[in-house]
Amino acid sequence: METLLDLLLAAGLVLVAVRAIHAPALFTAVVLYIAFGLLLSLVWVRLGAADLALAEAAIGAGVTGALLLETAAQLGFGKERPMALRGIPLLVLTALPVAGAVGVATFALAGETAGLKETVLARLQESGVEHPVTAVLLNFRGYDTWLEVIVLLAAVLGVRAITGSAARPGIGPASAPLPRSVAVVLPLAIVMGGYLLWRGTTAPGGAFQAGAVLGSAGILYLLVLRPTIELPRGVLFGASAGLGAIAFLVVGMAGLALEGEFLEYPTSAAGLLILLIELAVAISTAAALIFLFLGARPSVREERSA
Amino acid sequence: MILLDLVTAVCLIAAAFFFLGGTVGVLRFPDSLSRLHALTKADNLGLGLVVLGLVFQASSFLVAAKLVLVWVLALVASATGANLIASSVADPSRRTAGSE
Repeated sequence: METLLDLLLAAGLVLVAVRAIHAPALFTAVVLYIAFGLLLSLVWVRLGAADLALAEAAIGAGVTGALLLETAAQLGFGKERPMALRGIPLLVLTALPVAGAVGVATFALAGETAGLKETVLARLQESGVEHPVTAVLLNFRGYDTWLEVIVLLAAVLGVRAITGSAARPGIGPASAPLPRSVAVVLPLAIVMGGYLLWRGTTAPGGAFQAGAVLGSAGILYLLVLRPTIELPRGVLFGASAGLGAIAFLVVGMAGLALEGEFLEYPTSAAGLLILLIELAVAISTAAALIFLFLGARPSVREERSA
Repeated sequence: MILLDLVTAVCLIAAAFFFLGGTVGVLRFPDSLSRLHALTKADNLGLGLVVLGLVFQASSFLVAAKLVLVWVLALVASATGANLIASSVADPSRRTAGSE
């Protein structure tokens, strides 16, 4: 029965992916992409990777889906896609070698290995947190995570450089229930974000998932409940977008000064330091998603001239 | 316990029926408003029955409350989304995204 469920999930994933690539209209492709993300998060649940499932559902399907919908709306929903993207021969030609290479690489691996699981679990006590994924992300491999935070910052700076900081129109009184629903969901989303952040130290959750939920809440608030969207500029913009990278850097340099190694935390304070970094990264992730989504909307001035 | 399992099974099967009905409606109904009707009615009832069925299996009151919360949030989102789509169908000038 469980195998059947997994097979159905895998088949559904491939089917939705093929349909998304072949969808004739942009809108259809985006909706199928969102469905793909949700199916993929179910697959992560089945593989026991709850952290990835949360991230995929919140960021992959949720915020990225909204971002793509917004883009498709600006390009024109019904717009035909370039034929080159839809040809079956091209798809097969490009997909087959990649799938083959991945297959060969997978079967070349040495059977069942525990990977680095034993090493991580053996030293989990020193990490300051009880959840192995958080221990790896924020302590053992903190350097990688820091660079990921910087990548996100670079994306935000890129979008800002192109789109500017002028005010954007909100969506206005689109319908009566929308503002009310948002007012109901907002407090819950903020609590949920805080909960995911706090929970990350002992169970699946953490800065990126919390940031995605808080960012979605921020997008909803600015988009629906404000007549015009004033995005933060100047110092406030820099502080909100850069907080995660800066906090990481400060803690890392403190480690270099006190412990002799960049991003080395003293064991007694590791838990607190990780929570501080996670708080900063969650705020920056939320800010980044807000800037990426709302920054892409045409500004008031552009719309008037159009 | 067997009685609870039975109630759960009945709820889940009924839920599957409503999901199936809603899906057939989305595929077969001719216009947007009828399709929306099929989707929201069947989805909300189907998910509600899934939640009801799982509540009988919940290990504690807290778990049951969380399940019900999931349903309530889905109702809020579904009702809001359906209203937006419906008003966009009724009056294309009120379309919001992309302000076309």
